[in-house]
Amino acid sequence: MEHILSLLVFFPAMAGLLGFLVAKESIRAYGISVSVIEFCLSLILWIGFDSTNAGYQFVEYYAFIPSYGMSYYLGVDGISLFLVVLSTFITMIALIGLSIEKDIKNLIISVLFLEMTMVGVFLILDVIWFYAFWELSLVPMLYIIGAWGGEKRMYAAVKFFLYTFAGSVLMLVGILYMGFLYYEATGIWSFALPDWYLLQVPFKAQLWLFGAFFLGFAIKVPMFPFHTWLPYAHGQAPTIGSVILAAVLLKMGSYGFVRFSLPLFPDATVYFLIPVAIICIIMVIYAAMIAYAQEDMKQVIAYSSISHMGIVILGTFAMNAEGITGSIFLMLSHGIVSGALFMLVGVIYDRRHTKMIRDFGGLAQVMPNFATVYGIMLMASVGLPLTVGFVGEFLSLVGFYRISWILTLLAGTGIILGAVYMLVLYKKSFFGQVVHEENRSLKDLNAKELSALIPLVLLVAILGIYPKPLLSTIDMSVQKMLVLMDQKAIEPATNELIMKANSIGGTH
Amino acid sequence: METISIDVASLNLPALLPMAILTLGALGLICVDLVVKGLNRSFLTMITILFILLDLGAVIGYNGPSRAFFDVLLVDGIALIAQVIILVASAIFLPLSLSHRHFREFEMAEFYALFMFMIVGFQCMVVSDNLILIFIGLETSSLALYTMIAMHNRAKAFEAAIKYFTMGALAAGFYALSALIFYAMTGSVEIYQIEQALQARNFEPLVGILAGTIFMLGALGFKLSLVPSHTWTPDVYEGSSAPLAGYMAVVPKIAGFVVAMRLFEMLVYSGVVWLEHILYAAVVLTMTLANITALVQEDVKRMLAFSSISHAGFMMAAILIGTTQSNTALFLYWTLFMFTNLGAFTILWIVRHRKNLWDERYQHPYTKFSGLVKLMPATATIMGIFMFALAGMPPFSVFWGKLYLISAAINSEYIYLAVIIALNSAIAVYYYMKLAVYMFLKEPVMADATLYATNASTPLKVIVGVAVMITVFAIVFVEPLLEILTKYVSASGF
Repeated sequence: MEHILSLLVFFPAMAGLLGFLVAKESIRAYGISVSVIEFCLSLILWIGFDSTNAGYQFVEYYAFIPSYGMSYYLGVDGISLFLVVLSTFITMIALIGLSIEKDIKNLIISVLFLEMTMVGVFLILDVIWFYAFWELSLVPMLYIIGAWGGEKRMYAAVKFFLYTFAGSVLMLVGILYMGFLYYEATGIWSFALPDWYLLQVPFKAQLWLFGAFFLGFAIKVPMFPFHTWLPYAHGQAPTIGSVILAAVLLKMGSYGFVRFSLPLFPDATVYFLIPVAIICIIMVIYAAMIAYAQEDMKQVIAYSSISHMGIVILGTFAMNAEGITGSIFLMLSHGIVSGALFMLVGVIYDRRHTKMIRDFGGLAQVMPNFATVYGIMLMASVGLPLTVGFVGEFLSLVGFYRISWILTLLAGTGIILGAVYMLVLYKKSFFGQVVHEENRSLKDLNAKELSALIPLVLLVAILGIYPKPLLSTIDMSVQKMLVLMDQKAIEPATNELIMKANSIGGTH
Repeated sequence: METISIDVASLNLPALLPMAILTLGALGLICVDLVVKGLNRSFLTMITILFILLDLGAVIGYNGPSRAFFDVLLVDGIALIAQVIILVASAIFLPLSLSHRHFREFEMAEFYALFMFMIVGFQCMVVSDNLILIFIGLETSSLALYTMIAMHNRAKAFEAAIKYFTMGALAAGFYALSALIFYAMTGSVEIYQIEQALQARNFEPLVGILAGTIFMLGALGFKLSLVPSHTWTPDVYEGSSAPLAGYMAVVPKIAGFVVAMRLFEMLVYSGVVWLEHILYAAVVLTMTLANITALVQEDVKRMLAFSSISHAGFMMAAILIGTTQSNTALFLYWTLFMFTNLGAFTILWIVRHRKNLWDERYQHPYTKFSGLVKLMPATATIMGIFMFALAGMPPFSVFWGKLYLISAAINSEYIYLAVIIALNSAIAVYYYMKLAVYMFLKEPVMADATLYATNASTPLKVIVGVAVMITVFAIVFVEPLLEILTKYVSASGF
């Protein structure tokens, strides 16, 4: 167990390199095997994880460029543990459900490299390395969207790349400035996140730094008004690209908020709380309304992603354990649900080569299994109680309720709107009579698709009914983070707010 | 008249040894060529590399006093680093002559003699703070370079050489004027004496200093291709052969940077605010305009030319900041950039085809690289790595230089400059990525892989291999390199 984190990060990359030597006929089996092994590794990590210890576990630390304070520093805590498991799980499921034949070898190798960067982002504690993984994740995705995507794939891929890159170079300036502040305060260079946590940043610097990091994360999430790349990327990406993008890559942004923005800049977080919350509300409502107006099934889900990410960020900025734990849980559940939905769209697209809702109708008669799975995922996406979507959404909103009930109420309308566009989508495509003759002969889910989708359905149900093992582990690390934020806040207003957000009717 | 008696020992002749080795080597090569006809290019290349290595040994082995030869020579830390970079770059660029196809210039011994003279010129520029010796170095190297470009023997090459020559002559005039003005004001041509004299008179008269600075900026700006005296760069790069273009993007500039460092840091530290403002404006314009122009290029070589201007702008930013860290960043950046740039130009050299099959106007249009990954997966992947490295993608080479440079800017409170550098990196990523998009995402125009390999040879492949290794594993070299560079830069007081 000593080096399990390094193994988790670099195993897919090593496998990707060796994959160049695997013959094309067996590359699919190879990709699935590697991702299964990687998933098992992440399960071993979970089993070995001590859920009574809120700090970083399995830490690996090597000085790397000591004169400039860079190190190779890995560690996992309750916040990152499940995101790692989610990444390896979704990669595995996406590879199992893969239906592309063209240049499949390049595709699988890219996915494996992408897996390295995703796991790396969640496990690395050195900020320069974090930036490196963050940026590197763009390249395989650029290739996946650009090479296997739809008609306007190049435009979509380039837009995706440029948006995210532009945001993150400003984050780099922020990172370096933060390193400089640390050097000024302590006389030592360090880019290790746990070291940075101990630094009290002056209020004015916090505002600027919060802004720099915010841009990087907000574009990735994507938050309004930086969200325009997402519908293109989803619209053009192949199924596997959409699945990974929605399920994991977007979570990198929201993870960044939890990991960096909040604990590093508590005062700035409180200062910008209401503006950020308003952006979140706009995301929730505006994206839901656009989703309703879409004619393309995939675009509906893409916009619903934006809408749900709004609630994730809102929960993160609730500044209390319920909200943040809920938002992390919502990241996981949104990963499972949106991944599954994109995969389902991929299933129907493979059969009909269209994603337009008007081309369907009455699918429930021809493809009953498909309709059932789709229905379950849809309910989870809407946030029906006892599905996985409910837990996180509810906790996030409960958390934010203590900050402002009116904003929470507005965000809550997002759930209603979500039900509207999702149910309309379902009604138009699955119910009624079969209008188009082509749809009569559609085949139901095959074994490959079922083996990819059934685990997702099980997770939706199990975690919806009994989310406690996850929640308690996440909660522990979140509590620790909140204590840290409270301790290092400079402005009294910050302490007040944290106090207010964490107490129920006077009890703390 | 009094007899002048000078002790030979006081001249410190060993300091001249590095330049002497190459000068003798060049003269010897010309003599040998007179006697023996038809020497093979491989012989010429290797013998030149051996002379360069001898020179490198003399540079590293020198441990005398830093002043020599009537105080004209100044062998300090940055002179040493710059010479090592110049010599190493020359030694690895030269074997590009051993391409599969034979080019006339590489068959002629004169090319190699000129090459050595050019290096001597660069060395003179960096090991001196005497404006006259710098001028001689500048002119020696430039004249040699003009001739070498013209020896490529294409219509475009003549055009490039003449353009470079005429613009260079103008820059030389500027340089002479500037040196004259400084001499007139201070009575000296030594930079450190000029500095003392100017400080003694409190940087008055301002008009004189302004004129001197502007002319100097024009002259060095030409060498370093700073905006607005950058217009020659793309045409000259396009006209020259790929190896020379790659060479020009790296080596003459490092010599120019050292001169700029010696001169401008003195001026920036004078405390005269507008001197800093002029330089600031030049830096920002160079970075930004070159980047924006690079966006619209249709030819990869021209794109690389404009992007190299933008990289030079980053380096001038380091000079503007002027701390030990920023100067170290300059050398770190340039060392890492050198290998990546070498790799990119070598690939252009490998895919060179005799005819312009892809476009009437350009030798290397983007369309030429469409779908290269389907024809030559390894070449395309390597070129992709070079492009992302040049764009400053972690963890490849140039990223570490950029990281250190931005950090240097932030540490000296040049926050806006840091943001401008960052934004320019974001712009730059577009045109580098464009090539990657062509190579990986488009369909091939011509499905014949052999068209792309007419100029490939083992030495070229080895050079690409070395370059890609250093680019990918730069992470490993950064720490030791940084240590050495910091040591020498701070030892020479920059």
